[in-house]
Amino acid sequence: MRKTIKSITLIVLIFILGVFFISLNKSTDYNTEHLIGNKLNKIKFESLEHKKIFTEEDFKKNNYTLINFWASWCAPCRIEHPILIKLSKEQNLKILGVNFKDKKINALKFLKDLGNPYDYLAKDTSGKESVNYGIYGIPESILIDNKYIIQKKFIGPLNLKDYDDILEVINSL
Amino acid sequence: MKLKIYALIFFLHFSSILSANQIVDQNAIHKNLRCLVCQGQSIADSNSDFAQTLKMVVKDLINQGKTEEEIYDFLSDKYGDWILYKPKFNLENFLLWFFPYIVLIAGGFIIVFLIKKRSKKV
Repeated sequence: MRKTIKSITLIVLIFILGVFFISLNKSTDYNTEHLIGNKLNKIKFESLEHKKIFTEEDFKKNNYTLINFWASWCAPCRIEHPILIKLSKEQNLKILGVNFKDKKINALKFLKDLGNPYDYLAKDTSGKESVNYGIYGIPESILIDNKYIIQKKFIGPLNLKDYDDILEVINSL
Repeated sequence: MKLKIYALIFFLHFSSILSANQIVDQNAIHKNLRCLVCQGQSIADSNSDFAQTLKMVVKDLINQGKTEEEIYDFLSDKYGDWILYKPKFNLENFLLWFFPYIVLIAGGFIIVFLIKKRSKKV
């Protein structure tokens, strides 16, 4: 019996150590990678400038669409802006800018000062719409194809590596 | 006239019960949702921008008639199971749910066995 108790204790100990080992080696940084491959349903954004609603139909004809969540008050958005300007020159890609919890006047000034990379300009004043896209802070970007399947998701400001990743996807056609 | 007064009292009482239930449900949901931008806080405990937005979304979903489970499904679909404090039961985490019971049963067997063994010796 003692042997049985010893072996059970040993198994439990190994199990607990195993759980600790796996947990401590696992990255605890939250990410939304699981969204890649999912289809975006019911895309619906209010236009920032006009009385218009953007829906899936508006993006159907694009090979790829990059949905970028930004705001004039967001410092990292300024950092990624030159990357967005570079991406706006790509033919296979259209960019939808979703102005997040911002004032229209400030948003338009931001674009006037730094340039406007967006083909579509939308707003999410309350931030509620962005929850449908798994957004929890800005800037965040989602690259979708013409079937609205998420190809890439970027949390934080886009950098040169992200730029190359996006080019790789959009030029793979 | 009396009947109308009774009906009014019944209506007010019933609607207050309904609204009380809704408040309880909403709070319970908030407590089970992790604030992703905070340090170990639920959205009930947080005043962060993200928590405020999620509270509004939860309120909207409740108003749309969604159940607690449907709200959790919706949010875990968008943010993953990490957003839930109480993890869902699935293949990936079934051990998490059953391990305490396995240990409890195994411990019980060991105790019974030891007691029997001791009583035999006596």
